[in-house]
Amino acid sequence: MTEEQTYIIGTLVEHKPGVLFEVANMFRRRGFNIESISVGVTEQKDLARMTITVNGDERTIEQVVKQLNKLINVIKVSILDPNTTVTREMALIKIHVADTKARSDIIQYVDIFRSHIIDISSDSVIVEITGDSEKIDAFLDLAMPLGIKEVARTGITALSRGGKAIKE
Amino acid sequence: MTRMSGSQALVESLKREKVKEIFGIPGGQILPLYDVIYDCGIRHILAHHEQCAAHMADGYARAKGSPGVCFATSGPGATNLVTGIATAYMDSSPVIAFTGQVSRVMIGKDAFQEADIVGITTPITKYNVQIQQASEIPVSVKMAFHIASTGRPGPVLVDLPRDVQIESDQMDFAASYDLRGYKPNIEPHPIQVKRAVEFLLQAERPIMLVGGGAIISNASQEVLRLAEFMLMPIGTTLMGKGIIPETHPLSIGMVGMHGKAEANKLIPESDVLLAVGMRFSDRTTCRLDQFCPDAKIIHIDVDSAEIGKNAKVDLPIVADARKTLTQILEQIVQKMAKREKSTWFDRVHTLKTQFQNNKSNGQGIKPYEIADELRRILSSNAIVTTEVGQNQMWAAQHYDALEPRTYITSGGLGTMGFGFPAALGAKVAKPDVPVVDIAGDGSFIMTEQDLATSFLEKIPVIVVILNNSMLGMVAQWQRFFYNRRYSASELKNVPDFVKLAEAYHVNGVRVGSVGEFSKALREALKSDVTTVIDVPISPDENVLPMVPAGMGLKDMMIVGE
Ligand SMILES: Cc1ncc(C[n+]2csc(CCOP(=O)(O)OP(=O)(O)O)c2C)c(N)n1
Repeated sequence: MTEEQTYIIGTLVEHKPGVLFEVANMFRRRGFNIESISVGVTEQKDLARMTITVNGDERTIEQVVKQLNKLINVIKVSILDPNTTVTREMALIKIHVADTKARSDIIQYVDIFRSHIIDISSDSVIVEITGDSEKIDAFLDLAMPLGIKEVARTGITALSRGGKAIKE
Repeated sequence: MTRMSGSQALVESLKREKVKEIFGIPGGQILPLYDVIYDCGIRHILAHHEQCAAHMADGYARAKGSPGVCFATSGPGATNLVTGIATAYMDSSPVIAFTGQVSRVMIGKDAFQEADIVGITTPITKYNVQIQQASEIPVSVKMAFHIASTGRPGPVLVDLPRDVQIESDQMDFAASYDLRGYKPNIEPHPIQVKRAVEFLLQAERPIMLVGGGAIISNASQEVLRLAEFMLMPIGTTLMGKGIIPETHPLSIGMVGMHGKAEANKLIPESDVLLAVGMRFSDRTTCRLDQFCPDAKIIHIDVDSAEIGKNAKVDLPIVADARKTLTQILEQIVQKMAKREKSTWFDRVHTLKTQFQNNKSNGQGIKPYEIADELRRILSSNAIVTTEVGQNQMWAAQHYDALEPRTYITSGGLGTMGFGFPAALGAKVAKPDVPVVDIAGDGSFIMTEQDLATSFLEKIPVIVVILNNSMLGMVAQWQRFFYNRRYSASELKNVPDFVKLAEAYHVNGVRVGSVGEFSKALREALKSDVTTVIDVPISPDENVLPMVPAGMGLKDMMIVGE
């Protein structure tokens, strides 16, 4: 057994109903675990791109890729090399604001992390933060003592650097 | 472009795919289609359970090598197909199922007889789709047939909402489609072929292990030529039976949990294993690390996901089996002379002789005697189907299949009740060939109601029940591993199969000796209705060899040990 690590799999699929279900069903049935998945349309309106992160050893990931490829509605699958890939995740984080001290702490953190406050109420703020997953984790750690009310994360999305592209 | 209803378009599309027979059962949400079926010229065979309709389409497909079609209504009709579809999926059989569905506006409302059959069958079909508009039908049917029958074949389900069947629209039968996510790789990579040749040339103890994929690829000739040229023994999986005549000197028979003793001895001794269209299933390999520990494995499969899924292989070739073997042989003949003898072949011969009489020594009629009689009396192109359990394994061990597509069995899913409807389907595909279901009592009970189909649709087959009045394979495990505690495995001779047959207006006969069996079989072969031959055998009869769960091939238990 080789070592477990996190792989990012870029997948082009037919943009039509049921395809996300098919992909998710395949993962469940074969006993693979999805860490995160993000889906959206691409530059071509009949194609969607799924960015799937999976933990596993090399052999498992090879199987994941092959089983994905086997699905008729999956058009192209490739493992993205972390060294040449930009990954981003977005999170919306609702933080409790107990007093003015808390408020100024939050403003300071938001500034350092180059994130934004996108909603303010008397006792809470919503922060929008984008970056790699570690950056979001770090922000969450920092904000934790203030009291986090809600978190919504998009999961990772990724593209390889330079001219290379996953195409049909 | 022609204007017609969705149902008419479907039937027209089926005709264009040269469909001559359909197996099915109607119901509310597929009535518009059945109204067109009524006088469309395609033969519709009314099954008596949708599971059987699917197995019939499957047996038809396996016997003929082209897709089998079944119909069912929505909800319970569709869910009854599920076992049949899963069976076809596991054995890569091109079954195409069309299901009725509630009308589009009703979908998701839990309407009467609504079931999400597309969701339900997603993990057990190669492809499935719900038609959204009647005009999609011509292209969808073309895609269904193409996907089901190419690459690694498999079942496809097409779900047809009722209003789509009725909707009238312009139909374009010439329309083409682009399956951009489906491009099976057929041609072997030249470098891989060259390396395979090198492996084989260096081998001292090569074995070819052939599975159902080779039968699908029609590779019989190529398998035999390569093996004969190199004097390489050929083992098969259960699904590979019939790829070459099992009476051939190089045939070592089935490998695996209930494989032949010689095959199970030889595989671990091999130094190169040429695996063709097989998937290293646990029933074939048993303990994988003891399967062929010293062998380099060459694995040919058209489905790249099979490579490395179960076994680690040294040389993968993702391509059609026949094409690959042809190319391997072309190069082999240039690099070596035809092998006339070898110590490896002597070893094969010795083991085959050593085990040839290693057969049951129990009471009464013995299963292998029935298998021998069947082989003696049936023509080489006769088709045998099996049920599941001991009957299936006795048939696999003792009935020598001589031609491809003449041994039809539920290998992957192990579906009791498969053999009889599959036999009916095979008979429809090959009306001039005798078709025999080697059955167990328990399995036959699961689909026996389709004796009615056999009678009404005039599809005469022969059912040979190896009747041990037990769920025999379950009882065998209980005998070996559960201290003879026969928990829920006794069938106690119910029903009386002779009377049962008579109730369906077909022949029923019980035999008390091998001689009587032969006589009954000869009569049955002459009859134009189905015959059920009840063959009482001892409930204590075991299937041996057997490799106990978790053990390696070498640890098999054999008769007399
Ligand atoms: C549909 C289904 N249910 C249960 C099983 C589990 N099973 C495997 S073999 C067997 C007994 C089969 O009995 P029978 O058909 O009488 O055949 P025998 O083993 O006696 O030859 C059972 C219950 C199965 N394979 N398929």
